[in-house]
Amino acid sequence: MRRIKSLSETLSSVLVTLFGLAVVTFMIGRVVPIDPTIAIVGDHAPPDVVAAARLQLGLDKPLPVQFLIYVQHLLHGDLGRSVMSSHPVTQDIAQYFPATVELATTAIIIAMLIGIPLGVLAAARQGSRFDQLVRVISLGGQSVPVFVLGLVALLVFYVKLGWAPGTGQQDVLFDGTVPRVTGMLVVDAALNGDWDATSDALAHLALPALVLAFFSLSTITRMTRAFMLDALGGEYIVTARAKGLSGTRILWRHGFGNIAVPLITVLALAYAGLLEGAVLTEVIFSWPGIGQYLTVSLLNADMNAVLGATLVIGAVYVGLNMLADLAYRLFDPRVR
Amino acid sequence: MLVRMDNLRVGFRTPQGVSEAVRGVSLTVGQEKLGIVGESGSGKSLTARSILRLLPGSATVTADKLEFDGIDVLSAREGALRRIRGKRAGLIMQDPKYSLNPVMTAGAQIAEAWRAHKGGSRRQATKAAIDLLAQVRIRDPARVAGLYPHELSGGMGQRVMIAMMLAPDPELLIADEPTSALDATVQADILRLIEDLVAKRGMGLMLISHDLPLVSHFCDRVLVMYAGRVVEEVKAADLHRAKHPYTRGLLECLPSLVKPKPQLSVLKRDPAWSAPQ
Amino acid sequence: MSSTRDWLLTDAPSSRRQAAWGRRYRRWLQFRTNGLAMFGLTVAVILILGAVFAPLLAPQNPGAQNLAMRLAPPSAQHWLGTDELGRDLFSRLLYGGRVTLGMVVAVVILVAPIGLLVGSVAGYAGGWADRVLMRVTDVFLAVPQLILALAFVSALKPGITSAVIAIALTAWPPYARQARADTLTIRHSDFIAAARLTGASGTRIVLHHIIPLCLSSMIVRMTLSMSGIILTAAGLGFLGMGAQPPMPEWGTMIATSRAFILAQWWVPAIPGIAIFVASLAFNLLGDGLRDVLDPRQR
Repeated sequence: MRRIKSLSETLSSVLVTLFGLAVVTFMIGRVVPIDPTIAIVGDHAPPDVVAAARLQLGLDKPLPVQFLIYVQHLLHGDLGRSVMSSHPVTQDIAQYFPATVELATTAIIIAMLIGIPLGVLAAARQGSRFDQLVRVISLGGQSVPVFVLGLVALLVFYVKLGWAPGTGQQDVLFDGTVPRVTGMLVVDAALNGDWDATSDALAHLALPALVLAFFSLSTITRMTRAFMLDALGGEYIVTARAKGLSGTRILWRHGFGNIAVPLITVLALAYAGLLEGAVLTEVIFSWPGIGQYLTVSLLNADMNAVLGATLVIGAVYVGLNMLADLAYRLFDPRVR
Repeated sequence: MLVRMDNLRVGFRTPQGVSEAVRGVSLTVGQEKLGIVGESGSGKSLTARSILRLLPGSATVTADKLEFDGIDVLSAREGALRRIRGKRAGLIMQDPKYSLNPVMTAGAQIAEAWRAHKGGSRRQATKAAIDLLAQVRIRDPARVAGLYPHELSGGMGQRVMIAMMLAPDPELLIADEPTSALDATVQADILRLIEDLVAKRGMGLMLISHDLPLVSHFCDRVLVMYAGRVVEEVKAADLHRAKHPYTRGLLECLPSLVKPKPQLSVLKRDPAWSAPQ
Repeated sequence: MSSTRDWLLTDAPSSRRQAAWGRRYRRWLQFRTNGLAMFGLTVAVILILGAVFAPLLAPQNPGAQNLAMRLAPPSAQHWLGTDELGRDLFSRLLYGGRVTLGMVVAVVILVAPIGLLVGSVAGYAGGWADRVLMRVTDVFLAVPQLILALAFVSALKPGITSAVIAIALTAWPPYARQARADTLTIRHSDFIAAARLTGASGTRIVLHHIIPLCLSSMIVRMTLSMSGIILTAAGLGFLGMGAQPPMPEWGTMIATSRAFILAQWWVPAIPGIAIFVASLAFNLLGDGLRDVLDPRQR
């Protein structure tokens, strides 16, 4: 019963946050200095055409009514039409989002596999040379602008060393050969059984994913280290030592065991942070994801597209946080 | 003798220099019940934990001699220490709320201690854990084995802790304020349990407490510590004949039902007690 | 000299002022032992001085074009070389520091008081006010800072002022969160109860008792968030949504010279290094300050 209650609390807070998000995007859309009708009908349209368009967009109605209409459209998955592509924004996002998911997921897995052990070991040897090194690496990672890192990576691994293929998701050679299923090229190519295309897609994915991984590696490492220090200071660690357990077992079973679930929240946060890094990384690597879509729309003042993408990213973030919260409730005996 | 300790010193490095918390303690423990009494900060816990080398990383420990059953604890390698910790000497700490791992069930924590020293299968270990829970007089051991620490009461938690430390059949039990965090009614139960188990298994016991009457009632021999040093060592039965002014002072501060005093006396501290010798 | 030191380090200060300065001096002594933090402090000071005195230090006008000297490598005349329009990179870098640090200062001045006030009021008042304020921060935290800032800038007009407003609008929630958490721990302490018993009003308690105690963690957060602001500002500039060319902003400089990375890699690399160094300096400084001012957060 208590679980159901706390679950409904989580859900209602998620709904409130999503509603607030809609308010914010709506407000941004209204303060825009460019008249949205002009953007549709063009600068030189005759006044009666402009007026008709205004009427059609519902811009003559009072703001609260406009907001209700906006929310109603949102609930139907209608984010408006992109001026640039002249497709519905929802369709555009469905087109671009999988590539971002592919990139960000690969990155978070790499960051996790490296960051968590680094953080755990740094905490285990607090104050040692190794700890200092980890501290410097993670502070450095936090300080490098991801677009500079991307440019440097391209310069070194593509231009100088020639290890990485160029920008984009695949070689021109494979252009249009892979039927779209999930939108994630590596997966689609593998599903198609086309191993050349798969390995080509993987090769294209590697460098941007590594750049992005480094971007969130520092957060994951630092948080893991901080959580671990907290856990290792616990009395139950003294108990575990008094039991005569091995150092490895104490560290991983008793120390890490206590932070594994809270770490899920950090990972969810880091994943959402990756969407931010993805915007810049996608621009550098010409990766056809939502970040690329967002920036191109920005430069063309395509407000529906910009706000739609913002809203979707926000919703993904809220959703991830909710999942982390649920995981917490499911797996942590202290909350259960 | 199980433990021989000669001139033990434990210090902590601070920006103002090393501050010594234990300043030259010598003691021995055999198959007996030894009580160590002292106020907070007197160094009694650190003294006890040094025997298993379970001090925080920032502590520096030196001693002319620190042996557990002839094994030099200070120079022992981690592997040798692990064969003492748990297996030959158990440590019970103050508050089960903090000393039990919050994300492992009681049964799993006991089974882990059992398996670490006796080996065997998971199933055997679980069975042993339930058996141990019964030995510490938990009524429904199979159910309690599946509970997490936050679902246990303080008294139950401490029983789990005791069961865990008894699992590998140690020769010495170090109990560091085992009842201070518990309700008064539960305290007596836990102490009686420890007393019975120690007698039944023929273990040595080191009981650390700030409660002088309790320790003298319970132990064979009492050490009184003050400011990192042992100031008095007496047979528990002879406590009323204690000589050191600190011990005398403590005894006089106690309210008595037999000879009530209109006003309890207050302990007056003499700086000479903690002056370097 | 040594008498000042003794006065500061005495175990028995004779006034509150002496005790306060003594505490500060001890913290400074502790801070000084942290090499990385001292490095961060030194670099930050150099950057700030460089930005403030840019007109005196810059060897040339940062906007002066010299197309004959396009993309020149570093030389005695142009210490860091020139960009695609033949402008002196070193001078542009100094002036760029003014833009970047100016934006950082503007954002922090706007954001820290708002966050502090919102957080401490929410934490102290509790109940409804708390719930509403925290939901609002949740909404702003729900979108990554750069993306929300991009949306805001696109609605305003690309430029420095919009960028500052947009970053400020997205940067306050963490401050509020922190201040609220601090307030919650302070709120239940006995001295607050004592202040309430003497009849102090809620406003007085928040202003005189709670906010001063939140300050040290605020300073830490401010320093650490400065590096984040530098990165977001540079990111906006790089995407063409922040400072507009020909203004010498570091992110914008990278964006305009990106095409030359293959042949004249130092042209985009130099502002990139500048962003990295500035951001790293504030991160190191903040990390060191946290050890001294707010040890429980480690």
